[in-house]
Amino acid sequence: MSFNDIFECHSWEETSRSIYAKTSADVEQALNASKRTLEDFKALISPAAAPYLERMAQLSQQLTLKRFGNTIQMYVPLYLSNECNNICTYCGFSYDNKVRRKTLSPMEIMEEVAVIKEMGYDHVLLVTGEANQSVHTDYFKKVLELIRPHFAHISMEVQPLDLSDYQELTPYGLNTVLVYQETYHEEDYKKHHPKGKKSNFQYRLDTPDRLGQAGIHKMGLGVLIGLEDWRTDSFFTALHLNYLEKKYWQSKYSISFPRLRPFSGGLEPKVAMNDRELVQLICAYRLFNEEIELSISTRESVAFRDNVIKLGITSISAGSKTNPGGYAVEPQSLEQFEISDERTAAEIAEMIHKQGYEAVWKDWDMSLTK
Amino acid sequence: MLKIADKIFSSRLFTGTGKFSSPAAMESALLASESELVTVALKRVDLQDESDDLLKHLNYPHINLLPNTSGVRNAKEAVFAAQMAREALETNWLKLEIHPDPKYLMPDPIETLKATEELAKLGFIVLPYIHADPVLCKRLEDAGTAAVMPLGSPIGSNKGLKTIDFLEIIISQSNVPVIIDAGIGSPSDAAKAMEIGADAVLVNTAIAVSGNPTKMAKAFKIAVQAGRMAYEARLGQVYSQAVASSPLTAFLDDEF
Repeated sequence: MSFNDIFECHSWEETSRSIYAKTSADVEQALNASKRTLEDFKALISPAAAPYLERMAQLSQQLTLKRFGNTIQMYVPLYLSNECNNICTYCGFSYDNKVRRKTLSPMEIMEEVAVIKEMGYDHVLLVTGEANQSVHTDYFKKVLELIRPHFAHISMEVQPLDLSDYQELTPYGLNTVLVYQETYHEEDYKKHHPKGKKSNFQYRLDTPDRLGQAGIHKMGLGVLIGLEDWRTDSFFTALHLNYLEKKYWQSKYSISFPRLRPFSGGLEPKVAMNDRELVQLICAYRLFNEEIELSISTRESVAFRDNVIKLGITSISAGSKTNPGGYAVEPQSLEQFEISDERTAAEIAEMIHKQGYEAVWKDWDMSLTK
Repeated sequence: MLKIADKIFSSRLFTGTGKFSSPAAMESALLASESELVTVALKRVDLQDESDDLLKHLNYPHINLLPNTSGVRNAKEAVFAAQMAREALETNWLKLEIHPDPKYLMPDPIETLKATEELAKLGFIVLPYIHADPVLCKRLEDAGTAAVMPLGSPIGSNKGLKTIDFLEIIISQSNVPVIIDAGIGSPSDAAKAMEIGADAVLVNTAIAVSGNPTKMAKAFKIAVQAGRMAYEARLGQVYSQAVASSPLTAFLDDEF
């Protein structure tokens, strides 16, 4: 059985109707439950939960402190390439976006690494577009080999790969793979991804199963908030998470909340999500799942990030550049999206410290998975 | 309704056949319990004798026999016993019990995992008796077990759910039915096990050694139904939350 067997039993429309039909009694029941179910999650992300936001935040804070303590994990993205054969209506790297393409050479990667290390990072997230001629498993192997001595934890957010690719990359030091479904609305997914390998909805949907089979240490899930109704999309993410946790029980999981941001050639979000709703979603995930890591990126504003770290978030990026070479090689090249919080990693760490938390830079060691 | 492998059970109370004062007392209690899955120790029955006294008293259409391997000490012996049971009792269902320790009858996790892997490959519906070990339960799932049967406390002790914290973890992450086995000493223990989300309980000693096994079996039947009903109705949270003096979401009212 794969997630698809479960996915096929749930219609988008019916799920959506069910979320919007939740009442304050359903929310009360979810808040008071000793164990929360997927139906509770629906109630917590529904419009009916809006008046309960403060209570959700209090509970979310308590549960997060219980499991994660007063700590926030630090990570930073390293964009390796903006080459991409996909057309994605919302992305600056889209194939039809006429920008100069670049894939970092080994020497350029090391220049970037030097700057990232100076910032204090030990956890790096490698990011690329999808260009299988130049950015492929062999390329990733070389990159991992090159940077492995410099980082304790290496994550990847690249195109979905075959099971055998993940199995090949793991011994090279790959710890975590992030693969966002973008949207679980199959028809709209196809509209947003009209060309390229990414247009294969099913292959993407099956990716976390392949990661689980490959024994990847941690996988990150999420949707791109703004493409479709965020409540329904988030329910499907929770459904996916629930299935994966039980089946691939030796892996860890994280959820991210990327909201559509302006970029070169931009798309207006179909569905806007305000800050209050994003807080609701973060708290709903925490109340649903006490163990899940919740991550927030520099897409969000300074004021929002300063406050949200106490509400359930467990990891944060800072000082991020979203263009290949952005740290040292070509700081002015095209970004994948604009960032909102431009503070340095040190400034973010200071902010975290002032709020009574520890900024954790290293939380793994390669020797543990050799 | 509870489904294990391809069988549907309307009763979530499973019972055992040991320690009764007579086969007749056992029969009366088991009928009162309305249990549909009854475990029987291979070492107690004469597999060659179709008119075995114990089996004769279990000959009801609603009662499914669950032979157990009590007495074996390792995986090899368990597999051999399972094959014998399948041939003699014409069932591929098996309660796998491997306890090399004759004093406390503690299940051997390593041999149990080995035997489960092999028996599942041989087509058995394996229900292993184990410690309340969440990792072992997931390992058994990967090995192809049909259910897991973690102990509530030492077998025959009537001490109740001493392992409740671990049982809750097992229940929360299991993809197969969780049957709490061993240690359940009273109907309230059984109700509690059901309230926390167990799919079924297996009770033997508490019924068999009670002053009135038939009445006690009926009490267990009702307790299991009540516990399940409470679970389905959903329990509320036990702890109360303090209301913080400075709201966490006030910042959302500010204009950024």
